[in-house]
Amino acid sequence: MSKIDSKIPEGSIEQKWTKYKASAALVNPSNKRNLEIIVVGSGLAGASAAASLAELGYKVKVFCYQDSARRAHSIAAQGGINAAKNYQNDGDSVYRLFYDTVKGGDYRAREGNVYRLAEVSNSIIDQCVAQGVPLAREYGGMLSNRSFGGTQVQRTFYASGQTGQQLLLGAYSALQRQIGLGTVDMFPRHEMLEVVKIDDKARGIIARDLITGKLERHFGHAVLLCTGGYGNVFYLSTNAMGCNVTAAWKAHKKGAFFANPCFTQIHPTCIPVSGDHQSKLTLMSESLRNDGRIWVPKKQGDTRKGNEIPEEERDYYLERRYQAFGNLVPRDVASRAAKERCDEGYGVGASKLAVFLDFKDAIGRFGKSQAKKLNIENPTDKQLKEFGKQVVEEKYGNLFSMYEQITDENPYEVPMRIYPAVHYTMGGLWVDYNLMTTVPGLYCLGEANFSDHGANRLGASALMQGLADGYFVIPYTIGAYLAKEIAVKPIPTTHEAFVAAENEAQAQITKFFAIKGSKSVDHFHKRLGKIMWEKCGMARNEKGLKEAIQEIRQLRDEFWKDLRVTGKADEMNPELEKASRVADFLELGELMCMDALNRSESCGGHFRLESQTEDGEALRKDDEFSYVAAWENKGNCTYEMHKEELVFDVVHPSSRSYK
Amino acid sequence: MSGNMNLTLKIWRQNSGKEEGQLITYPVKDISPDMSFLEMFDVLNEQLVSKNENPIVFDHDCREGICGMCSMVINGRAHGPKSAITTCQLHMRSFKDGDTIVVEPWRAQAFPVIKDLTVDRTAFERIQSKGGFVSVNTGTAQDANCIPIPKDDADASFNAAACIGCGACVATCKNASAMLFVAAKVSQFALLPQGRIEAAARVKNMVAQMDAEGFGSCTNTGACEVECPKGISLENIARMNREYLAANCKD
Repeated sequence: MSKIDSKIPEGSIEQKWTKYKASAALVNPSNKRNLEIIVVGSGLAGASAAASLAELGYKVKVFCYQDSARRAHSIAAQGGINAAKNYQNDGDSVYRLFYDTVKGGDYRAREGNVYRLAEVSNSIIDQCVAQGVPLAREYGGMLSNRSFGGTQVQRTFYASGQTGQQLLLGAYSALQRQIGLGTVDMFPRHEMLEVVKIDDKARGIIARDLITGKLERHFGHAVLLCTGGYGNVFYLSTNAMGCNVTAAWKAHKKGAFFANPCFTQIHPTCIPVSGDHQSKLTLMSESLRNDGRIWVPKKQGDTRKGNEIPEEERDYYLERRYQAFGNLVPRDVASRAAKERCDEGYGVGASKLAVFLDFKDAIGRFGKSQAKKLNIENPTDKQLKEFGKQVVEEKYGNLFSMYEQITDENPYEVPMRIYPAVHYTMGGLWVDYNLMTTVPGLYCLGEANFSDHGANRLGASALMQGLADGYFVIPYTIGAYLAKEIAVKPIPTTHEAFVAAENEAQAQITKFFAIKGSKSVDHFHKRLGKIMWEKCGMARNEKGLKEAIQEIRQLRDEFWKDLRVTGKADEMNPELEKASRVADFLELGELMCMDALNRSESCGGHFRLESQTEDGEALRKDDEFSYVAAWENKGNCTYEMHKEELVFDVVHPSSRSYK
Repeated sequence: MSGNMNLTLKIWRQNSGKEEGQLITYPVKDISPDMSFLEMFDVLNEQLVSKNENPIVFDHDCREGICGMCSMVINGRAHGPKSAITTCQLHMRSFKDGDTIVVEPWRAQAFPVIKDLTVDRTAFERIQSKGGFVSVNTGTAQDANCIPIPKDDADASFNAAACIGCGACVATCKNASAMLFVAAKVSQFALLPQGRIEAAARVKNMVAQMDAEGFGSCTNTGACEVECPKGISLENIARMNREYLAANCKD
């Protein structure tokens, strides 16, 4: 008997969620007032969950490491959010969004979860518009859509290149409203360091006040981790500098299984690395692939500028290889294709690790349609270019100026240089249909859980999942658990479990300062990132992964012997914060490599060199690997894997072709 | 590494809000023009750690100009010498070899220093919680296309909503006024039908909280608009004043 049960409701795929909602236990309003919920993280998932639960009447505490909930890294999502509204009349439906997401995830996600996600997607758009989120509109006053990778319909809602910002500010405003009403207590500049378990149930957390350094104990009848992804294990990623795995990892060490840790998404369109000083990578939204064309020179080692290379000497390799989807193939496919061209010596720019993303044709096309709109007959080339640039600026202006700011090149004139970079992690804490981890009362929402994207996430689906979990799933599923907790009085934080958890957190802090070594936290983090990128990055093989495991173990030993943390524990001390995060990354990195080693198939973002077709496409092995790998922490960096077999009743796995 | 710029930094160090601070001089060498300003700080902090000194504490997170966390006054200008960008987007190519650069925290009574270049901006949170929202609970919304909104209104609302809440407007204002920040939020909602219902109460409550936090008055110098990394327009302040007047006339 497996230790894990996904608790997917019985019935047809269309009826599962409806029936669940109709039969789930409820908590009456007067009891809700006595139930306390802790929410860690204030991004799309955390803020929307906290606000919605407080609206229902629960007592909520929210923790974030930033100085405001509004700064969570959801804010940086650029492109858009998917929903099955079919406003464009182009054949979209809940079923099609479900189908695209299961297929896009390379058949490594649960059907039941994904169908629910597609079902609630429409309510998210309604909710956000009602909150005053200014999504893009057409001249007739209706909402506008654009297309994204991996789909053939236009279902992506957006707000210029700042969709994440606008959606987060919507959820943040709902949260601030509850704070003003006194139903939510907000703890900014706090970092969660331990989960507190009493009688096997999650009952609270230990958090460090990042200003005073004081460790605090907080009780909750349930704890929600909405703490985002772990892409920063690679050191360089598109994540914010503070993004970390600590909350999820501490929960993992307290019994929450960690699922599919090797499923990381390498985003195809990021600004290339410029030097050793690089501290983070910047994404250029996937929406740019709507209008930009990706190419490399046909000649190896071509050093000419992009705009100096004539049309016939360009290789639009995505259009050549994937005629049906062209530049809009899913992210994993686009990233691997870029790597393949660069590895073969066709890369551009100083590092030769970049390909071009070119808007010349789009500017020409937009110029013509704009001239027509303005009734200008026989426009000059200069006018056409000017009009075209105006349209591009309206659609992508902020991205273009960001690109110019970083690279000092004008992308309206010369093609952008882009290269894949670590962006999103599909893996995360294992959760059941209720979003509960293997620890009762401990939930995990948004990117931090593993649930909906399988081995590859489609563009504009992260915002959808974060808000689906927070606004429309957890308010129902948490009731099913809390209905049985109404008799539990708040447990005083003097309870021995709180004392023990605080002591654990304190012991680690004391240990950091006791090392008194010679190397900074960043030194170790950069080395870990290099190992991960080279051996557990875009392409992996058995030899490399085995080496990586050894190298990470050695690095971890060295970290605990030679780390230097300056300053003191009882003050604002970013070095200490980083040390605590990197200590967890050093354990997670090894587990990621173990998971990647175990999964000797290629699927989604996980590409095993040993498992590819003759023409270099990923070769999935459904007979052997159609399961979720859920890892149990057995202490001292040892793990046991549990399998959750994936059942496909509706969408039958087929070879994922975008040709 | 690859850089060739040598600079002198004068950086505000202050151990806590209770202690006095001062400018400390730090030389930095071999800086690359392709580094961001904060990556230059990383280099300096790495040097300080290697000498067993405490690194400089500064707020930063996304490093792509959208989270609003970074907040440095560089050579007297909020977010540095270039317009329309945050500190994290500023690159060293904006400086010359041999330059002296003075770096200070946001300075405003309502933004007390926590440590070094980090300040407490929770006053913004309290203003926001007094009315920076539409009172709509999850689940009560109608279909999103039920209320058509003219594109120009939606665009104007979006432009106001692009505020990242960094506080550069306050830091640059000689009165430390938060009018641009508050006006941006008031405008975002005032321009949309969803926001009209609570418009009067919103503007009154948010302005009252802004005053209670100790921000100064607006004297229309327009410095905030110049330094705003997101180009939030002064028009929003005019709109808020109009809303405020109208709301009070109704009483």
